Amino acid sequence: MENMRDAFGKVLTELAANRDDFVVLDADVAGGTGTYHFREAYPDRFIQCGIAEQNMFSMAAGLAESGVIPIVTCYAVFASMRALEQARNSIAYPEFNVKIAASHLGLDVGPDGATHQALEDIAIYRSIPRMSVVSPADPIELKAVMPYLLDNTGPLYLRTGRSPLPNVFDENTAIEHGKAHVLCEGEDVTIMAVGVMVHRALEAAEQLAKEGIFCRVLNMSWLKPMDEEAVIKAAQETGAIVTCEDHNKYGGLGGAVMEIVCENHPVPVKRVAVEDIFGASGEPEDLAKEYGLMPRNIVDAVKQVLKHK
Amino acid sequence: MNCHAGSGHPGGSLSCVEIISWLYAKEMNYCVENKDDPCRDRFILSKGHSCLSLYAALAEKGFFSKEEFKTLRHAGGMLQGHPDRLKTPGVEFNSGSLGQGFSFALGCALGAKRAGRACRTYALLGDGELNEGQIWEGCMFGAHFNLDNFVAIVDYNKLQSDDLNTKITAIEPMTDKFKAFGWHVIEIDGHDFREIENGFTRARAMAGKPTVIIAHTVKGKGVSYMENVPKWHGSLCPTGEDRECAMRECGCEELI
Repeated sequence: MENMRDAFGKVLTELAANRDDFVVLDADVAGGTGTYHFREAYPDRFIQCGIAEQNMFSMAAGLAESGVIPIVTCYAVFASMRALEQARNSIAYPEFNVKIAASHLGLDVGPDGATHQALEDIAIYRSIPRMSVVSPADPIELKAVMPYLLDNTGPLYLRTGRSPLPNVFDENTAIEHGKAHVLCEGEDVTIMAVGVMVHRALEAAEQLAKEGIFCRVLNMSWLKPMDEEAVIKAAQETGAIVTCEDHNKYGGLGGAVMEIVCENHPVPVKRVAVEDIFGASGEPEDLAKEYGLMPRNIVDAVKQVLKHK
Repeated sequence: MNCHAGSGHPGGSLSCVEIISWLYAKEMNYCVENKDDPCRDRFILSKGHSCLSLYAALAEKGFFSKEEFKTLRHAGGMLQGHPDRLKTPGVEFNSGSLGQGFSFALGCALGAKRAGRACRTYALLGDGELNEGQIWEGCMFGAHFNLDNFVAIVDYNKLQSDDLNTKITAIEPMTDKFKAFGWHVIEIDGHDFREIENGFTRARAMAGKPTVIIAHTVKGKGVSYMENVPKWHGSLCPTGEDRECAMRECGCEELI
């Protein structure tokens, strides 16, 4: 299993061999974000900005104006909070082509604990106009989407990750960017998941199938713009939805799905997410058990939502 | 412009009129014809609330008609309350949130250096703006990357929104602070064109370090009842007799 930050660092390094249109910015966390791979290979395209995220974000807009694509990297909690206003006012509002890539998402951050566990970043970045939000499910999708993100202009927030993740995609699958991916078909309920929760959703679906409940599983890597058609179709065709995210329950994937479903085709929706509490130190798997983000929690949520169908 | 809008930031716009005029008239290689050329000089009004002066200068340069002045701060107008590069020709950055224009400008300067372009980048900062931590992040960055193609100008009119700078926080010693951060510091009278010209000439000669020109100015300069009076910082415009008096003192009787 490859971890998401190494996958990120490596794909940037691979791409750099054939395209010179981007530079990588760091805030003294290259070891954590995976960009140390890139720094070793292309030191002159790696710009160290120091532990000064606000300057890094606004400065990146200036670099973008000069004709390069800056990939701004740091941890999600700092990208979504410390430098958010800069993302909004320096990058999104004037519409500069800057890609913000954040690692260290949710409880998956693990031992560093609550100050570093970003549980709000999807909700926050979704609310900024002119900003796209993408959160790949595995290293394969991350590597596949990277050139697409560079080739398409516009401010972007990319969520990479931290821990090793099992592949949910096959190396040879052509992944359609911008769409929700149907990883498993079913008509009883739809499980929509993002990031680290996607492989857990697939596990839950497998368990439920043994009990005669057949789930459609959607990978919701495109959080904004979201594939509304797929969401509405899921509501119409399966009649019940469970959303899964390593994020708190306010305004993340769950909120986004509820917005679409309530306005278009109301069906019962249940969120598997972190409650209105902060994280804590621990191994990611132990935290997932403690905070209710395991496959069995998804199974329970499916059974609950089916009662209201 | 200020009176048509019914609001705006007159005080801090008046204190930097000479600096902005000189930059657009003499110092910078920037005009309508080269506005999209990567090798152009760039001016970023980091103290974006003082955009009255920026808009006046851009209109003088021919970026848009002075008829647009009537639209300032009005719905659907080209001239926004703080500069908008997507709505107003000639504007480089959507400043207004203090500190960000400065960092953006440093990015322009770094980009120019990396691309081997000889262009220069200028950023006008407010004195109150120096309260923002981002400014000092930028100062370390600018010195670290030897951005000698960059000039910051501080419109040091001694007043910010609520009070005198010195009553708000420990802004002094300003010159020492910038020097300690590795910048070349020049101090001038911000209303004296000879000193302004001399300051920019000396900045050009500095190699290896970015320059900051600390321009000592008077907030509300040119309108007797506004000079050094805090309430004229923002969201006010003169009306009636006050308006006429201001127009006369600025030499614009014909517009009354």
